[in-house]
Amino acid sequence: MHEMSLAEGVLQVVEDHVDTADRVTMVRLEIGQLSHVEPEALAFCFEAVVKGSVAEGARLEIDRAPGQAWCHNCGRGVEVSSLIDACPDCGGFQLQVTGGNEMRVKEMEVA
Amino acid sequence: MCTTCGCGQGQVTVEGETGHGHAHHDHGHHHYHSHADGVSEARMVQIEQDILSKNDHLAWHNRDDLTRAGVLALNLVSSPGSGKTTLLARTAQDMGTDRSVAVIEGDQQTSLDADRIRQTGARAVQVNTGKGCHLDAAMVGRAMRTLQPAPSSLLFIENVGNLVCPAGFDLGENAKVVILSVTEGEDKPLKYPDMFHAARLMILNKSDLLPYVPFDVEKCVEYARRVNPEIEVLTLSALTGEGLQGWYDWIAARAAGMAPAEAAE
Repeated sequence: MHEMSLAEGVLQVVEDHVDTADRVTMVRLEIGQLSHVEPEALAFCFEAVVKGSVAEGARLEIDRAPGQAWCHNCGRGVEVSSLIDACPDCGGFQLQVTGGNEMRVKEMEVA
Repeated sequence: MCTTCGCGQGQVTVEGETGHGHAHHDHGHHHYHSHADGVSEARMVQIEQDILSKNDHLAWHNRDDLTRAGVLALNLVSSPGSGKTTLLARTAQDMGTDRSVAVIEGDQQTSLDADRIRQTGARAVQVNTGKGCHLDAAMVGRAMRTLQPAPSSLLFIENVGNLVCPAGFDLGENAKVVILSVTEGEDKPLKYPDMFHAARLMILNKSDLLPYVPFDVEKCVEYARRVNPEIEVLTLSALTGEGLQGWYDWIAARAAGMAPAEAAE
């Protein structure tokens, strides 16, 4: 359950950007499709982790960034949805991930 | 427990540590907003910061310390029972004659593994993660301060047996090495792609059992290269010693490029 660690990481980033008197009402994350995160598990853990913090009860919005890879066979960028996907054009596996592995706190709403 | 920074409510223990001995890092604490008097409307705060930025920052420090000391650090990851500790004990014994070897052992409980490593003469420190499912950079930093690896030595970090969670956590290592034993099935790289994607080297261990188990080495390598075309592969048996020289050569080649920085301070 590394999502618990990640949820704590989210809260840490949030707390680093607010004063203790603030109330955070929404946190927006960008979670790439190829990252090491299960968004549902993360949302569940987030709810537990923020109890008693500035972000208690905050809404969690998760934007999914598509997985992107460079196909060495085709010599161009392609979209993939998992690390075990083949190139959608040539069917090969000479793929290098170029995007979609981000796990980032993008923004938050503070009341 | 705070599994991200590894400190706090006392479930994480590092052998040999006296007291808590861990100052909280407090870098990058910025307030990007200002308070307008009397205005209490909701406002958006742009952050754009990685969730693991704290871990990555601590990992950067670990890597910096290791690089300066010319220490080659390898992060060994696998499912439980793949033979990591057997491989490490053997490696510490065989390579320990030429180079100082130190080991950080990660397990949820017990110091059995560190005890086993110490029997070879190598220095070892056990980190118990309590309920935590992986080592993080803070735990490794604490263990490094206890262990004080010698300049130009080898540092092996045996992660918690788990093919999922340790993939995402940079510890400051030079490379992740994933160990898969031939009793586990050749499809593991497809089932747990994150780990095989993150690793530089895949070791197929327990090769002495290949005649008795339906494990297709070629297929396994093909699967691993689907998720990581660059992954290197070694097949060996930590028990019989078959193929171990290839592993030692691999380590020596990686260590060759590392020299301690001039002692300036």
